[in-house]
Amino acid sequence: MSTHSSNDTMQQFRKESMVSSWIAKFRLYLRHIFFLAQKEFISTLKDPRMRAMILLTAILQGLMYGYAATYELNDVSYAVVDNSHSASSRSLLAKIDSTGTFTRYATLGNSSQLADGISADNIIVGIVIPNDFESKLSRGDNALIQVIADGRNTTIASLAIGYVNTIVATWNAEQAGIYGVVSIDQRVWYNPNSKSNWNFLPSLIAMISFVQVIMLSGMSIAKEREQGTFDQLLVTPLSQTEILIGKALAPIVIGLLQSTFLFLIARYWFEVPFQGNFGLLFLAVTVFAISSTGIGLSISSIAKNMQQVLVYLLILLMPLVLLSGLATPVDNMPTILQYVTYVNPMRFAVDAVRRIYLEGAGFFDIYMDFIPMIAVAAVTMPLSGWLFKHKAQ
Amino acid sequence: MDTTLVIRAKDVHMEFPVKNGPSVVALERINLEVPKGQLTALIGPDGAGKTTFMRLLCGLLDKTSGELDVLGLDVEAHSQEVQNLLSYMPQKFGLYEDLSVAENMNLYADLHGIPMGERPERFQKLLEMTGLSEFTSRLAGKLSGGMKQKLGLACTLVRSPDLLILDEPTVGVDPLSRRELWAILKHLVHDEHLSVFVSTAYMDEAAMCEKVYIMNHGRFLGQGIPAELSAIASGRCFEVKPLPGVAMRVLQSFLLADSRITDAVPANGAVRFITTEPNLEIPWLVKQGMTPVPVEERLEDSFMILLKDDEQELAASSLVISADSETETAVEIEESQVPKSDTDMPQLDYLHLTGQTIADDAPIDIEVENLVKQFGDFTAVANTSFQVRQGEVFGLLGPNGAGKTTTFRMLCGLLPSTSGVLNVAGVNLRHARTQARANIGYVAQKFSLYDTLTVYENLRFFGGAYGLYGDALERRIYEIMDEFGLTDKKDEDTSQLPGGYKQRLSMAAGLIHCPKILFLDEPTSGIDPLARRNFWQQITRLSAQGTTIIITTHFMDEAEYCDRFMIQDKGRLLILGSPADIREQVQLPKADMNEIFIEIVERARDKGAM
Amino acid sequence: MERFTGFLRRLRALVKKELLQLTRDQSSLLMGIVLPLMLIFIMGYGMSLDVKNVPVAVVLEDTSPTARDMVSFTQGSEYFNPTFTHSMPEAIDLMKAHKVDVIFRVPSTFTEDLYRGDANLQVLLNGVESTKSTSASSYIQSSVLTWVTTRTASSIAVSSVGQVNVVSRIWFNDANTSAWFYVPGILMLVLTIVGVFLTAVVMAREWERGTFESLFVTPVQILEIILAKLIPYFGVAWIGLTLCLTAGHYLFDVPLRGSIIVIMGVSMLYLLVALGIGLVISAIAKNQFLASQMALYISFLPSIMLSGFMFDLHSEPVAIQVISHFFPTTYYLQLLKSLLLTGNYWPLIVKNTSILLGYMIFFFFLAFYMTRKKVN
Repeated sequence: MSTHSSNDTMQQFRKESMVSSWIAKFRLYLRHIFFLAQKEFISTLKDPRMRAMILLTAILQGLMYGYAATYELNDVSYAVVDNSHSASSRSLLAKIDSTGTFTRYATLGNSSQLADGISADNIIVGIVIPNDFESKLSRGDNALIQVIADGRNTTIASLAIGYVNTIVATWNAEQAGIYGVVSIDQRVWYNPNSKSNWNFLPSLIAMISFVQVIMLSGMSIAKEREQGTFDQLLVTPLSQTEILIGKALAPIVIGLLQSTFLFLIARYWFEVPFQGNFGLLFLAVTVFAISSTGIGLSISSIAKNMQQVLVYLLILLMPLVLLSGLATPVDNMPTILQYVTYVNPMRFAVDAVRRIYLEGAGFFDIYMDFIPMIAVAAVTMPLSGWLFKHKAQ
Repeated sequence: MDTTLVIRAKDVHMEFPVKNGPSVVALERINLEVPKGQLTALIGPDGAGKTTFMRLLCGLLDKTSGELDVLGLDVEAHSQEVQNLLSYMPQKFGLYEDLSVAENMNLYADLHGIPMGERPERFQKLLEMTGLSEFTSRLAGKLSGGMKQKLGLACTLVRSPDLLILDEPTVGVDPLSRRELWAILKHLVHDEHLSVFVSTAYMDEAAMCEKVYIMNHGRFLGQGIPAELSAIASGRCFEVKPLPGVAMRVLQSFLLADSRITDAVPANGAVRFITTEPNLEIPWLVKQGMTPVPVEERLEDSFMILLKDDEQELAASSLVISADSETETAVEIEESQVPKSDTDMPQLDYLHLTGQTIADDAPIDIEVENLVKQFGDFTAVANTSFQVRQGEVFGLLGPNGAGKTTTFRMLCGLLPSTSGVLNVAGVNLRHARTQARANIGYVAQKFSLYDTLTVYENLRFFGGAYGLYGDALERRIYEIMDEFGLTDKKDEDTSQLPGGYKQRLSMAAGLIHCPKILFLDEPTSGIDPLARRNFWQQITRLSAQGTTIIITTHFMDEAEYCDRFMIQDKGRLLILGSPADIREQVQLPKADMNEIFIEIVERARDKGAM
Repeated sequence: MERFTGFLRRLRALVKKELLQLTRDQSSLLMGIVLPLMLIFIMGYGMSLDVKNVPVAVVLEDTSPTARDMVSFTQGSEYFNPTFTHSMPEAIDLMKAHKVDVIFRVPSTFTEDLYRGDANLQVLLNGVESTKSTSASSYIQSSVLTWVTTRTASSIAVSSVGQVNVVSRIWFNDANTSAWFYVPGILMLVLTIVGVFLTAVVMAREWERGTFESLFVTPVQILEIILAKLIPYFGVAWIGLTLCLTAGHYLFDVPLRGSIIVIMGVSMLYLLVALGIGLVISAIAKNQFLASQMALYISFLPSIMLSGFMFDLHSEPVAIQVISHFFPTTYYLQLLKSLLLTGNYWPLIVKNTSILLGYMIFFFFLAFYMTRKKVN
């Protein structure tokens, strides 16, 4: 029985921890955090389901956004009602068909038939050429063609109409023999083919860790409370700050890991060229993850059980994601909502990550994005501590 | 088909498949016939297969092979019919925590189709029995653990079924309510001719039944009417009073260490022990000046004999799967410490059979003065004062909802007090909670370590949290794993450990930093008698080494292990003293602790009522 | 008969229990009612892909009246919000700082080159907002071409050839407001969240807390347990749906062109499909965390990404379109959009309703098959 000797060791430890030197105190502080964080890592990553989840989430979401997130107009099926049956109308239609974007679904005899095609979701655009088309043109008058678009998808409708306009203008110029008098040299910066997924994938690097970090940190305290381990934790000499920091570390690191996965998917699977500095990207995501942890821990401190955490998270995450500029530009929001987005750290993270990734922005281009994120962290971290203290008892 | 039988089991076999391993046998060809209109008890240690068997009876599990008829119906083929006829109370009754007491009861009454007219009378009876009358509108989630258990019972008893199956219904329930409950059960059997099949950890409850089955490792070790079973221990039971100033638990340890003694336990103010053979003399007792007196055998004595014999046999035939015999290591620990000798007194290096008393001038570790806790206008703890000296084992007892958990949580610094002085290890908890924490160890009521972590990882975390690190931490982990017989479970996930091991791990985690004071909140709840013996051995050793121990328990007989204990009811301190003092005060010198407890609480309540 | 009264009695008791729990734990109501309203407001007001007031830097290196006339289309148009400058470096700075998304450069030799029939214009777009830049570029192109053609036609008098003008109409959504696009999707989302997510979690909660073990050993039958779960959450989803529909109709003028009875009918059908999925998930997972994760990845995320809610299915790669059509959400959303914005179009109603009916039968069969009165 060596309990006595271990008692002595303990006494020594106690004495050591009583030493008032701040270095000793600081070392103890770090050790406390280290042990708690280590425990959090083990308990989060040990479950193979959890590990699979972390990897799968990144892959699944990466693929979904990479392939499915598109606002582009790739294939517009349209129907035409050509009442003119003339050389001019055929020439115009040939021009439309030749672009590759428009696929003729049907040539109809009667404009009333268009309704069915659109209702049944078979065509997005209907083009009606009137019977006086050729005669007006040859008289030198302006002829009208009617373009009908399915407004159930607003973006697609306006893009399609804009596209028809351009084709018709080109055709006009060609007919007048002046095509090429003015040529437009167009260059798209940062995204030469204007692909939507080039915008989504970098934003997703920020979003994925956001969701993961909030989820994990949100669950962490509620889980201990539900499983009854919370009291055991509270009677240890770990201080409240140590507990919070220790609990924050694992979610942050796991979130960063997922961001890295996503970065690799974006960079190497979808081959979105990376223009920026990896260190800066990492810094932005880290600062963002810290501010998200504060939110997650605050929720965790007030929730009674894991189910409540889930509900609160969902209710909070939806608006934060929707109002982040990930899916639709912040500029398009009403002014009041734009002000609201100033408290949404994700808005600034999406902006920073996109600009670093696609534009190669440097620190001084985007340092303004850091300020709101740091501000959120500076509020939510102490808030979670305060809630923790007042709810723990 | 025999209609006089409510349960007929023939060669019932149950195996659970285990991933990447041989399947675990939970029940091994069980044969049993329970006649109608009887109270039948099933007793056995944790993991014996009691719950599995009860679930089979209710059609909640499908057996691997064999025949099982309940109420004359094949359970597997007619599970719904069987479920219509019987009532079942699982070990942990699934109360809806966001429903009130009355709403929970009404739900079950509705499901069973109890007419509205019959409800008021029946509910009143049940609420009185369970002492929940005042709490009908309280949410079930806000009840204390014992009260939840009682509510579960009330929900099960909303109707009189053909067969009542109860899985450890009185775990965590105080003696007063237990007495009421058993009165009701007896009434149901005798007046309403109900058949009851109950598993229990309390031997005095089993003794009240008409027939008892003793189960271990999925087999029956014995069966019969209680008197018959008790006869196994006939002539082997003795009682001996310790020398003045020696705690009963100390004498118990010496007795347990003797190979001629099967079991020893403090009871009725003396240490009761069972010899391996009838009328065996223990010479060293007399030599030390103690006189054993033969006493009448009880069911518990036979149970311990059968159980220990079985474990020894299993240990001998090396076929045991050590994973589910948690008692095995317990036996080993005891024996390894003892030089085997037939004549001599066992030597225990940490205990002395004389002069173990806590000196009156021993330093005070815990000082409580006029402690008050109020929740709104409800007073949970009223004006309580006491002191605990270093090395003392101090018990906190009381009926469910008496305020003992609240007191306990304040002592540990988990709950701030409303007013009063509270010093723990010389530190005022109000001002320096963190400092006080380094000196205390805490073992929670429910197992509360990290499920997904291994034994080693749990200990490493708690060691680290208490400031240990590096080699010293490693050394201490191995030392404490050794001390609690956890070394061979080092890398197992905690969730996979059997109950007894979890309990030991909780202790190890609470003791990793060698605290001056150890707080234990109902540590023996839900563990079987064998494991409880083992647990108290550890406590005896710790206290001998100078650790102060504060413990709450609802096993009243465990008060006999304490140097001093106090009883609370409705927030007030009713009595405080050593077991002997308290016996003297209530003038019931030979009574067991249950009787004493009931007496004290009832006297106080009568006084309060006047 | 007696069996039936017993069934009704127990069902009533269980439904009462669920309703009590619903009122006690506000989180379910938060999800069923607050979340839908929040979504309607945020998406209705805040989410818009409309290309309006795109900030554009017009670099007039050529300050001649011709050049000024040519770029005049940027003014007074709702598409553009122009900033005029004479210096290209300045414009590039603006673009880098995200002050403008488009640079439209008219080189100093423009007028000269135009007369020679070889003029060059330059358009620089910020591809980070690809939708915006694509639309803007398309608009600039057609405007410039039209300007050139009109100018040439009037000055050189090429009377033999007339011009084609496009009259565009957007059916079903004349004002082309994004809210009309999002509202049907929000309705779908509400039913999915309550039906799948909430149902799976509350069912899993009973498994996790062991409340089923006590409940099972009573005369209660599996059908009663399942129905008792469905009825209240059906109610919650219904309230959420009605709120959203009302808010959408009165706040954003989303029309109800199809028959309200058909709209309600198919929504009910889809809700049942969602509840069926929720039940199946809970039978597999039996714990809240896993159930919520499964609900998230099996139903919630695909409902947003793959149903045509955020991204139009027409523009998706074929593989994604095929995958999309495995999810019942896709059929419901297509039908709902059509019912709200188009009207009763029976072929689509019949087709998608039968598919949803098939899903409902499948998931309910599976749920009943998998939910047993057993513990393990």
